[in-house]
Amino acid sequence: MNLIILYDRIRWEEKQIAEEAKALGATVTMIDVRSLPLEITSNSIKKEFDGVVLQRCVSHTRGIYYTAILEEHNVNVINSFFTTMITSNKLLTTLKLVKNNIPTPKTGVAFSYDAALKIAKDIGYPVVIKPILGSWGRLVNKARDQDELSSLLEARELFSDPLYQVYYLQEYVKRPPRDIRSIVVGDEIIAITYRYQPENDWRTNVARGGIVDKAYLSDDEHEIILRAAKTVGGGILGIDAMESDRGILIHEINGTVEFRGAASVWGNIIPRSIAEYAIKRAKN
Amino acid sequence: MAIKVMCQECGGTITIPDDAIVGEIVSCPDCGIDYEVSQINNGSIQLKIAEDIGEDWGE
Repeated sequence: MNLIILYDRIRWEEKQIAEEAKALGATVTMIDVRSLPLEITSNSIKKEFDGVVLQRCVSHTRGIYYTAILEEHNVNVINSFFTTMITSNKLLTTLKLVKNNIPTPKTGVAFSYDAALKIAKDIGYPVVIKPILGSWGRLVNKARDQDELSSLLEARELFSDPLYQVYYLQEYVKRPPRDIRSIVVGDEIIAITYRYQPENDWRTNVARGGIVDKAYLSDDEHEIILRAAKTVGGGILGIDAMESDRGILIHEINGTVEFRGAASVWGNIIPRSIAEYAIKRAKN
Repeated sequence: MAIKVMCQECGGTITIPDDAIVGEIVSCPDCGIDYEVSQINNGSIQLKIAEDIGEDWGE
C-alpha cells in the first residue's frame, strides 16, 4: 500500500505519520505540492497518485485546490475537499455547526465597519474578532468595548485582502483558562487535551505558548465532538471546544491538525491512528 | 554523525539532525533564520531560505 503525503513544509507531525505508516508496512511517498504542477485537463492524474493521499499542506490555499484537483480526478484524498473547504473557513464551519445543532458560541458576521459595531452591540462586550481564514490564533483579538473594537476594525480596513473585511465576531465565552482539543480520526476520538492559556495571553493555541495536559470528556461531550466531526464531513480533525455554563461549545475545527502538543502527553497513538486510518481507507 | 552547515546570513553553524528529510525546516541558532532542506545526497545537504509564513498558514 502506498501512502502519499502531500506537503509544502515538513512539520514534526508529517515525519511522525510517515514513520508510523512505514512501521505498519506501507510505502510512503512525500510530495511537495510546490514542485509538482498538474495538467488538470489530462486523464493521467489518477495514475500519478496511485495509493491513498494524505493532504498535509500548511497553506490552506494550496491544500484546498490540490485536494479539489485530486478528488475530481477520483484520487482517494484525506481529508475530502468538502471537509478541507469547510474547516479552512471559520464562517463556513460555524454555519455547519449551527445547521446541525452543535453548540457553538454566539457569532455574528458583518461586511462593514458600522455593521460590525452593530452586531457587536447585539452580541455584547467583550467580543472576539477573528479572521475567517488563518490559524494559530493569528489576529484573533478581544475587544472589551466599542472603542477597542473600533481600533481593531480600523486596522482591518487597511488590509488589502478583502477577506479581512469579513468581520466575524463572537461572544467572549466565560470559560476556565483553557480550552479542549479533541483529535478525531474517522469515527473515534483518539486524544483529548486541555490547552491552558499561557501567561500574558488569553488565547490557548499551542503555537502561542498554550500548555497541554491530558483531558477526558463525558459521554455526552464525546457525542457532541463526534457529531461535530460528522457535520464537517469527517476524516482527521482537531476539534476545539470551550467549557461554559451552557456545556461545551465548539468554536473551531482544524482540517490539517497539528498534534505535537497533544503527543507530548498522549504519545505516538495519534500519528499511529492517522496512519492506520489512511491504510484502512486505501483498502476500502 | 550530524552534519554542520554554515548559515548564509550570519556565518553561524547549523546542525542538521541525522533524521532530517527534504522539506524539513532547520533554523540558525545564532540569527534565527529558517532554512528548508532542499536536497540530501550521499550525506551532503543543501539548504534554501524557507518561505515566509503565509496569512493562510495553519492547521
